[in-house]
Amino acid sequence: MSLLELRDLHITYRSERGDVPAVRGVDLTIDPGETIGLAGESGCGKSTIAGAVLRLLPKETLIEGQVLLDGEDVYQMRPGELRAVRWTSAAIVFQGALHALNPVQRVGKQIAEAILLHSTQSKKAAQDRVGDLLERVGLPANRARSYPHQLSGGQRQRVLIALALACEPKLLIADEPTTALDVMVQAQVLELLAELQRDRGLGLLFITHDLSVLTSTCERLAVMYAGRIVEDGPSHDVFGTPEHPYSAALTRAFPTIGDHASRMRPSGLAGDPPNPANLPSGCPFHPRCDRAVDDCSVADIELRPLGIGRHAACIHIPTSGGDDGE
Amino acid sequence: MSDALLELRDVSVTFSSRRGTVRAVDGVSLDVRPGEVLALVGESGCGKTTLIRSILGLEPLAGGTILVEGKPVNQRQRTLRDLRRRVQMIFQDPTGALNPRHSIYDAVAEGIRIHGIEGNEPALVADALSRAGLRPAERYMARYPHEVSGGQRQRVLIAGAIALDPQLLLADEPVASLDASIRGEILALLRDLVEEQGLAIVAVTHDLGLAWNIADRIAVMYLGRIVEVGRAEEVLAAPQHPYTRALLSVVPEMERVEQQILTGETPDPSRIPAGCRFHPRCPLVASGEAERLGILGRCTGVDVELVQRGDAHWSACHALP
Repeated sequence: MSLLELRDLHITYRSERGDVPAVRGVDLTIDPGETIGLAGESGCGKSTIAGAVLRLLPKETLIEGQVLLDGEDVYQMRPGELRAVRWTSAAIVFQGALHALNPVQRVGKQIAEAILLHSTQSKKAAQDRVGDLLERVGLPANRARSYPHQLSGGQRQRVLIALALACEPKLLIADEPTTALDVMVQAQVLELLAELQRDRGLGLLFITHDLSVLTSTCERLAVMYAGRIVEDGPSHDVFGTPEHPYSAALTRAFPTIGDHASRMRPSGLAGDPPNPANLPSGCPFHPRCDRAVDDCSVADIELRPLGIGRHAACIHIPTSGGDDGE
Repeated sequence: MSDALLELRDVSVTFSSRRGTVRAVDGVSLDVRPGEVLALVGESGCGKTTLIRSILGLEPLAGGTILVEGKPVNQRQRTLRDLRRRVQMIFQDPTGALNPRHSIYDAVAEGIRIHGIEGNEPALVADALSRAGLRPAERYMARYPHEVSGGQRQRVLIAGAIALDPQLLLADEPVASLDASIRGEILALLRDLVEEQGLAIVAVTHDLGLAWNIADRIAVMYLGRIVEVGRAEEVLAAPQHPYTRALLSVVPEMERVEQQILTGETPDPSRIPAGCRFHPRCPLVASGEAERLGILGRCTGVDVELVQRGDAHWSACHALP
């Protein structure tokens, strides 16, 4: 059974100025031990998906479709059941580790709290486990006695990962876990995530706008634009030969050092990400697309199969391409 | 050397803290020529931001001199004001750097007023906005920062800087807080300003991809010192210093090289190690290579200077010939 399955998920925020469709029909499956990268820019809906998995969105938000954790619909759970799956089935590592930790509580106590809340262990056993968890993320056990401000950014991010692992979740959702970190510390955190995934068969949903980070961490990649997945497939295929013009632009934004095509030629994408409250007609990417044709402003293209395990939503991909191989 | 726009000679900046003296910048010498982009690369706490702040006269020097067009940067009010017209800075977070209650027009006009730039103010503002890629400028002038996107806010800051026709632009992580697609656009704008207007840029960053995209030269900083400097192609294709090699190996796309993930956090400038300051994290020391080469004693005991090894390529490592 899949760890996580999103079925035709639609998420609409309600605001005084009207409804804002943040996620507009996303299907996604994560199996045990699988790593999936969700890429896209601010406002594309990727963090909304992270919040939706554990029902962390504002109460009035309209959720349509299904979010299945271990086969169970998260939105049908009673409060008690929900509490039980949070942290134990799936846990989230947020970006901005400084804000996610309580500044006036020692980090060890914060981790122990999560353990005690979700198990019947004694305080002593919980404390021992805190030490183990910290060591597992590469921090000395005595760091449990530190307050968040006494730790560096990378150490705090490790504490957050330790916290997320406190109840042995099967799925870890990491929302921009390395964005605020230095390159070397980012490399340390990525290595840690890869190790956890390898050794414990952890499923990982990794969310960031940095396609190059995702490609080096995840087996599969899904690129989101304006609330939908516009391309997915094996990471190296998507990064190496992107088929959707938006994925191609994102790929070019991260130059390969040594590739003379990008030397002194930074490449971006003109225009700004669309406003989810007021999406362009047809393919929402068409106003920024360098391959747009007349039909793009009217035809709303769904994902089309593109070889084994690959899809892209672009008018230039032949519909008769046929066999999905799935 | 007289053709340099910016000359740093043995610059040091220190802070005093409860734990003693922090040597944030510890003897840096560098030249930047007109029309050149220099990327200053290193981890948090390596002193790169302090160094560029000192160029603007924002940090008093503990030692050394900084010359802009041959004139020393000092703390005298008159010279500082003149300096800050010729040297402008843009910051990482455009949202925090703009006053939310000032229109975009006012944000750009502020510098023009402070420095008493002669000419028609609306025309100068319009010109700066359109040079920064906000066209037509009239459409943006009356708007407020929250009404435009993050990428456009960074363009507003760039417009405010270039409105004064500076010779040197200091950019502190200019694209780190921007979305991927916007990043390339802003970098392209910076490169255009260099090519079309002869501006020089010192860009502080930890992003080697940015350096590959726009920099002519790269200076790698570690704990207040430059450990390697040279032409961007050479430093990135054939890095000499083990620190540069490690930084390059962890760039996510660089999969053909074996990753050298340095353990530990960025070291503390209040406790600079003896000998080569990089030795506690150096892969050559950790792997036993330094001992095999018979230089371990020098690594741990003798400070190391930049030595020229190649055409305009300098590096500071005992293990190098």
